[in-house]
Amino acid sequence: MKLLYLSFFSFCSIIFTCSAQSSELDSSMERGAFIYEDFCVTCHLPSGEGVENVYPPIAKSDYLMNNREASIKGIKYGQKGEITVNGKTYNGYMAPMGLSDDEVADVMNYITNSWGNKNDNLVTEEEVSKIEK
Amino acid sequence: MKQFYSIFALIFIVFTACAQQKESEVEASTPSESNYTSEIVVSDLNIPWGMAFLPDGSMLITEKSGELIHFYEGEKQLIEGTPNVYVRGQGGFMDVKLHPDYIENGWIYFSFASAEGEGDGGNTAILRAKLNGNTLVNSEMLYKASPNSKRGQHFGSRIEFDDEGYLYFSIGDRGDRDVNPQDITRDCGKIYRLNDDGSVPDDNPFINTENAKTAIYSYGHRNPQGMVKNPFTGAIWTNEHGPKGGDEINIIEKGNNYGWPVISYGINYSGTTFTDITEKEGMEQPLFYWVPSIAPSGMAFVSSNKYPEWKGNVLVGALKFEYLERLVIENNKVVKREKLLEDIGRVRNVIQGPDGFIYVAVEGKGIYKIVPQN
Repeated sequence: MKLLYLSFFSFCSIIFTCSAQSSELDSSMERGAFIYEDFCVTCHLPSGEGVENVYPPIAKSDYLMNNREASIKGIKYGQKGEITVNGKTYNGYMAPMGLSDDEVADVMNYITNSWGNKNDNLVTEEEVSKIEK
Repeated sequence: MKQFYSIFALIFIVFTACAQQKESEVEASTPSESNYTSEIVVSDLNIPWGMAFLPDGSMLITEKSGELIHFYEGEKQLIEGTPNVYVRGQGGFMDVKLHPDYIENGWIYFSFASAEGEGDGGNTAILRAKLNGNTLVNSEMLYKASPNSKRGQHFGSRIEFDDEGYLYFSIGDRGDRDVNPQDITRDCGKIYRLNDDGSVPDDNPFINTENAKTAIYSYGHRNPQGMVKNPFTGAIWTNEHGPKGGDEINIIEKGNNYGWPVISYGINYSGTTFTDITEKEGMEQPLFYWVPSIAPSGMAFVSSNKYPEWKGNVLVGALKFEYLERLVIENNKVVKREKLLEDIGRVRNVIQGPDGFIYVAVEGKGIYKIVPQN
């Protein structure tokens, strides 16, 4: 009987943690979508498609999905110098947007989970705060 | 057969219901040959938003991130005593302009995003100061738009003087499209006119309108980032960003309503519409509109004798398509558009210097001078 309680309890806590994480992601993505509309859409466009040879795509971007730290750094401090995205070289300049760490985390969660991108590992304010220039 | 007709009608309705945008009347072309080329004058700049030449031929350059650079004999030096700049989204340190009588009075005018005043966020501010050695002194805040906002959009910010010495500047709608531009009791989405000391001229259009922001000279603007005095007529010309399509050139006249967002040739970034009309009584038509958008920033008239084929033409930076646009205008109608310096990078600003040459500021690169090809 004890065992039953215990397993029921563990089951509940697993469910609870999972859904907490996913609702955390959902609400972060919701705030991130708002940030994206405000600060990013002008260049990277509504579906993250970018502009060929000028603004790299975010949708299905290998650079974004394989370079988590560099991507956070680019949003936090600005992006300068050559990067390769989906086999194409870009050498533009993206100014730092003046976003706070929680806003960077929110927009990262939004763009890494939109337009065909999928990222289960939540970006947190703490993670962003630790990334230095 | 009846069924065929109804299907046909249905298809027709579906097609016409989608946001159909009317393209610009004149398309931009690539010139087959050019007598001019560009050479870099100032290298290694990030976002050189504004630039102005001092009488000794040196240059003041604002970096959006907040620095003011003095470029003298090939060297960059940072100026101290610069204002506190609120850097967020499109806002930062923006334009710089000398007083027309700079040699007499030494005033330099700046626009920037400022967090001063109540509320979180920032809004566009205009300040004047003098340069003493390497430091800005005698700073006077002439205007600060309110309320502050954390939105990242549309600070406007070009500064210009007319022949009578009035100071004009632009402030964009700050991302509050449906609240600011059509309301003259609110800042943002406006062109402003002040005396050079910041006081409001007695004959400003809304000076006697209750609760109006009396510095307003015209309204119904989205985000004007190009402004220049037409040296041939003395009129103030602007260009402004539309959303997806609907960038405009306007000649600014006292008290006019330029229509944003009630009338526009643009649609939302997502492709949906926010208005069905492009014209309305009491609202001005643009001199020219761009569909698709080129994202215009900076504006200059060619009036010197350095480029005989271009004399009287208007130059506009294209942030989005990374070239400098040359517009041939006859009787206030654009008759030809040409792409200069193709693929040079995001063109943020263009001016005709006191030496008569054209200077072009490019993001991530620096400042170029257009010179005759050998």
